[in-house]
Amino acid sequence: MEVKRPVPVVPAPVWKDIKDLQEWQEHHKSRPASGDKHSTQFESLTEGLHSFPGGFVLTTATDAFLNWARKSSVWPVSFGLACCAIEMMATFASRFDVERLGMVPWASPRHSDLMIISGTVTIKMAPMLLRIYDQMPDPKWAVSMGSCANSGGPFRHGYHVVKGVDRVIPVDVYVPGCPPPPESLLNGLLLLQEQIAHFRTTGQRAAPSPKVD
Amino acid sequence: MNATEARTRIVEFPGTVAGGDGDAIVVDVPAAQWAAFAEFAKDILGCTYFSFLSAVDWKDEGLEVVAWVDNLDAPFSVLMKTRLGVGVTSCASLATVYRGAGWMEREAFDMFGIHFEGHPDLRRILLDDDWVGHPLLKSYAVDTPYPPYR
Repeated sequence: MEVKRPVPVVPAPVWKDIKDLQEWQEHHKSRPASGDKHSTQFESLTEGLHSFPGGFVLTTATDAFLNWARKSSVWPVSFGLACCAIEMMATFASRFDVERLGMVPWASPRHSDLMIISGTVTIKMAPMLLRIYDQMPDPKWAVSMGSCANSGGPFRHGYHVVKGVDRVIPVDVYVPGCPPPPESLLNGLLLLQEQIAHFRTTGQRAAPSPKVD
Repeated sequence: MNATEARTRIVEFPGTVAGGDGDAIVVDVPAAQWAAFAEFAKDILGCTYFSFLSAVDWKDEGLEVVAWVDNLDAPFSVLMKTRLGVGVTSCASLATVYRGAGWMEREAFDMFGIHFEGHPDLRRILLDDDWVGHPLLKSYAVDTPYPPYR
């Protein structure tokens, strides 16, 4: 016999007077789960070109060129959440120097391509994180850094922590560690660049790279 | 005023039991005398520095409110605590005596659901305004669902 458990009555969050946040959450609900890392106009243009006789040479060459450009200038938004942010700053600093990979930590989400979720995402912080993510232009990527962002980490059984940032935004690369040293994050960023190199304008997400080490 | 002098003065205050070692005086206060004892500690004992206020959930025995105040001149400190009783969630506020108690009482309200009577602005301080429940109570289920992220 099936035991019926009482369903806890939890009212939906009320964001009160912050109207644009409500609209923004509605928008987030309607977006595809796979993310929307492509422009529909650009996609229809390339589809048309691709079906043209001999056009595939042009489209694949353009894809390769665009992906090279994308992966060579990934700008992460400066967004630190917790202690992982210290390691992220160390990665950005001169000893590890991500600028040689074309990454410039940028203090505006509207000019950035990458968000490194560096630390614990609390339930109170999650709407703000989502808002910053939505301000970034497409195509955009997300790297989940550290145990807390991956799964909740040591706070997974706490009352206030989101059990993995992939419940809030789509994530491309998970970097394990608590916190991950700069080498780990650098490896994650290199993996991300490999993913971006295989990114296609058909709107599909890049498949995870089979090469791990 | 030093610690031994303070102990003799605390005996004069009705209903309290003073304990603890040396400069750290621990006082059990009846819940009805809570705010009165805070004024006594501030004015008579000279404990003008408010350190912190928190609470303990003793499950079947109810809640306990704990506050720590210091006399920085002597120096000695007074840890005052009171049992609210089984099922009681209201307590007198110290915010009118010590300004520093305001946010601490808001936190105790946030985490334990203790209503401090006479507090000028008793709202949640750390959690969202629409949060359901009080997480540091022993009866709070840690896996309480909180939409939309869990």
